[in-house]
Amino acid sequence: MTGALDSGATGAARLEVEDLSLSFGGLKALRGVSFSAEPGSITALIGPNGAGKTSMFNCISGFYKPQKGSVRFDGRDVTRMHPPERAALGFARTFQNIALFRGMTVLDNIKLGRHAHMKTGLLQALAYWGPAQREEMELRAEVERRIIDFLEIDHIRNMPVAALSYGLQKRVELARALAMRPRILLLDEPVAGMNREETEDMARFILDVKEEWGTTILMVEHDMGMVMDISDHVVVLNFGEVIARGLPHEVQADPHVTEAYLGSGDPAALMARLKGETGTTGNSGAPTDDRREDVA
Amino acid sequence: MKIGTAKHSYQADEALLTTRPQRLWMGLFALGLCIAPFMLDNYWLYLACLVAINVASATGLNILTGYTGLVSLGQAAFMAVGAYTVGWMQLRLGTPFLLNIVAGGIVAAAVGLLVGLPSLRVKGLYLAIATIAASIILHFVFVNWQSVTNGNSGLTLTPATFLGTPLTDYKQLYFVFVPITALMVLGAANLFRTRVGRAFIAIRDRDISAEVLGISLLRYKLTSFAISSFYAGVAGGMWAYFFRVVTPESFPFVYSIFFLAAIIVGGMGTILGAILGAVFMTLVPELLRFGIDWLTPVLPNAAAMLSPVRTIVFGLLIVGFLIFEPKGLAEIVQRTRRYFHLWPFKK
Repeated sequence: MTGALDSGATGAARLEVEDLSLSFGGLKALRGVSFSAEPGSITALIGPNGAGKTSMFNCISGFYKPQKGSVRFDGRDVTRMHPPERAALGFARTFQNIALFRGMTVLDNIKLGRHAHMKTGLLQALAYWGPAQREEMELRAEVERRIIDFLEIDHIRNMPVAALSYGLQKRVELARALAMRPRILLLDEPVAGMNREETEDMARFILDVKEEWGTTILMVEHDMGMVMDISDHVVVLNFGEVIARGLPHEVQADPHVTEAYLGSGDPAALMARLKGETGTTGNSGAPTDDRREDVA
Repeated sequence: MKIGTAKHSYQADEALLTTRPQRLWMGLFALGLCIAPFMLDNYWLYLACLVAINVASATGLNILTGYTGLVSLGQAAFMAVGAYTVGWMQLRLGTPFLLNIVAGGIVAAAVGLLVGLPSLRVKGLYLAIATIAASIILHFVFVNWQSVTNGNSGLTLTPATFLGTPLTDYKQLYFVFVPITALMVLGAANLFRTRVGRAFIAIRDRDISAEVLGISLLRYKLTSFAISSFYAGVAGGMWAYFFRVVTPESFPFVYSIFFLAAIIVGGMGTILGAILGAVFMTLVPELLRFGIDWLTPVLPNAAAMLSPVRTIVFGLLIVGFLIFEPKGLAEIVQRTRRYFHLWPFKK
């Protein structure tokens, strides 16, 4: 790699989330969540809809400011940092609903990933002079060699993003995240809405990233097959709390997880929990079900 | 798909002009610009200078509105700031021409930074209204800051002196204005080959993910405002040397709309678009006037009868563009280029 990282450090980072709580008004999205993502491993964050996975992601990437708790990046507290500062540290993320810049080509989208690590100033840019040109050329060479080849998107590099299929757009988003020189990669539902083949491709690319780049990866995903296949560590959230964690097969066998996804099969227990929920949070969509039963 | 365009270096691949026909056309165009003043009469030279000024300002607005997505209706006011700066420096300090023009740009950029502050909170129509408010405030300043602007009677400039020659006729001004505008357009084109330009487009397309990529919205929105008003200020400076009278009414609000219309008709977010749009908006009304002149022998009363029609036709042309070519004149050029990539083999 050319040039030095802004933070002065390279390689995979350890991410620790400690006792994180986030609420929107009366709605408690996260309640004292703690977990960690180990350097160079794939950690999956799973849970039913509304469990707080995306809220968690937004806290980690700096969109939401949690009321309590901390996010630590290699031991450094980043809880109050703005997204651009986190980007300079080595946070990179992809979005659940693709967030590419539709008016630009694939190449420009990927190059944008490097923004925080580049130095060209305004006047140099207007003149496209010495250092500015050199920096652009270094970037282009590196993007071509390390990212475009790696993710097999060389045939579409000059196409506008808006013209690509969904699966390819997701791949370009991963490419852009890789261009950020990530020390931790946050993937928000990397295979949502993909067909089997695209999912397999993406799973392979994620594993390749882990092996060749050695980046720490934290992902939110609903595709259990893929989560169980490629994760090293799984954290299960439900109603804003961690209900289980461990190796994929341990989590799979955990009765709490089965209950969270499928229910316990015991109506009395469900009713008891719903009463508790409405008392403390007034959340969860479950009371709606309750009413529906009344109507029926 | 076009073949025969393989490159051996990334540098060649990222050049502004990548194909031989492109370079050829650009060479011919540059040659045309050089010899044009010797072929044109004074009236057309007057128009050519005006086009150069408008292209410079429209390119600036295009950086802000077309590329960064921040709608501004203050471009004429920024031009006025540049024009007043140039006028004041010329009359009070007697500083050289080029210095005045650059200073005009810098002062306008500083004002632009201030006016751009609301863009951090508001977007779209709301921002447009905020820039209108800024124009009105600036107009008030021009009228009332007597000691600098000379109020309603304005400033009357002496001709600019460049390399010892006073620039009095349009041909001399042409040879100064066109290179300045060409440099500014080149600067804008370069900008979008680097991280700064990419950051602008990112903010336009999706500001939230731009932030995740480490693009500071505060910094780049204000930078965009500053560059755009710098371009306006330089254009205003040229304007001041061109008409040599600057009054508060020299840059009416309609002139801001003129520039917005120019980049929409030309094609927002393309370098070519701002140029074509400014040329179109400046020249078409004149061409329509010629049409009326030609009709005069046939229709003795043509001038009186058709003058209002001219305005209507101009308006209809703009509406027509919005409907039938929403991406502007630049898209027509692109389409023609694509057609000739395959010509004559494609049916």
